[in-house]
Amino acid sequence: MHGRTEASAEQAVNWPEEIFSILQRYDVRQVPYVPDAGHSQLIERVLGSQAMRGIPLTTEEEGVALMLGAWAGGQRSALLMQSSGVGNCINMLSLTQIFRFPFLTLVTMRGEWGEFNPWQVPMGSSTQGVLELSGIRVLRATQPDEVRDVVEAAASQVYNALTPTAVLLSQRLIGTKVFVK
Amino acid sequence: MSNANLLDRRQVVSSLLADRKDAIVVGGLGAATYDIAAAGDHDRNLYLWGAMGGAVVMGLGLALAQPKLPVVVITGDGEMLMGMGSLATVGLQKPGNLSIIVLDNESYGETGGQVSHTGAAADLVGVARACGIADSRTLETLAEIKAFAPRLQDVSTGPRFANVKIDKANLERVLSNRDGGFILNRLRGSLGYRPI
Repeated sequence: MHGRTEASAEQAVNWPEEIFSILQRYDVRQVPYVPDAGHSQLIERVLGSQAMRGIPLTTEEEGVALMLGAWAGGQRSALLMQSSGVGNCINMLSLTQIFRFPFLTLVTMRGEWGEFNPWQVPMGSSTQGVLELSGIRVLRATQPDEVRDVVEAAASQVYNALTPTAVLLSQRLIGTKVFVK
Repeated sequence: MSNANLLDRRQVVSSLLADRKDAIVVGGLGAATYDIAAAGDHDRNLYLWGAMGGAVVMGLGLALAQPKLPVVVITGDGEMLMGMGSLATVGLQKPGNLSIIVLDNESYGETGGQVSHTGAAADLVGVARACGIADSRTLETLAEIKAFAPRLQDVSTGPRFANVKIDKANLERVLSNRDGGFILNRLRGSLGYRPI
């Protein structure tokens, strides 16, 4: 169970739906992803969409290369992954500097807010630093009601200004994964 | 060292691309990129000098974006081994217009000829087929290469995968462009897209 399914006033904002709307509006056509619970609603919307193609990956770095190919062929894309996946992308992120193509990734965070699984903590702690060292601008959304503005700003600078950007969706936003009830 | 029974990589690539028409060609880093450059520079060549393991999935993104155009990825065994998971990703999407050619010399030629996994146990054709790429084959002779080349133009029956055993000769490098912005915008321009 995750926070987003728990009833509270905050959850009234359907932020995954807001992200989907933004991707639609920016005419994003390819959405590569490695599944994450925090992205599950958005992935379902993408897979159900006629205009977008959801593309499951075996590892996140595939997504970076796929996005370059998509843009070379005239299509916009966005990569969905969990914080641990950022580490899998490092060398492939060179492509964003070599080719200057629109690179947007939405990263659901683990290991930073009430984490139960110690294995998530090292990569979760270095996610932002790794992205910044790789030349990716990092924006963050922590509250449900700020997701729309943050993702909108990211999409704008990615698709209008070719500024590679990651949006970190805080673990506080997504809800801490419950292993033992 | 070259072996008379194995194919010459430059001959293989020039035969495959001799009548490429509108095809987009992605070259994996190292010798595959030099082979494509040697076959003739082209607006629709996407040369890679890095991003090892990314060539096939880059071709996938292109193939999905341009389903009416043939997309051909030509890469080496070492680059393919690093991106082996991408064959599963291709097997799931099944783009009809994507062809993957591996120039397999069973070694890492660019770094001194160290032996690769395909020299012993790894069977890339078996991997590709097991990942859902039904049209996966080995090409062993130049006649087979020439007979296969027209199939690259068929955008409805892919994806297809071909492993070509080539000799280990370390040929003189034919350097392609390596300015990513130029390569990318030239390719996009040939498809009718303007820079932002």
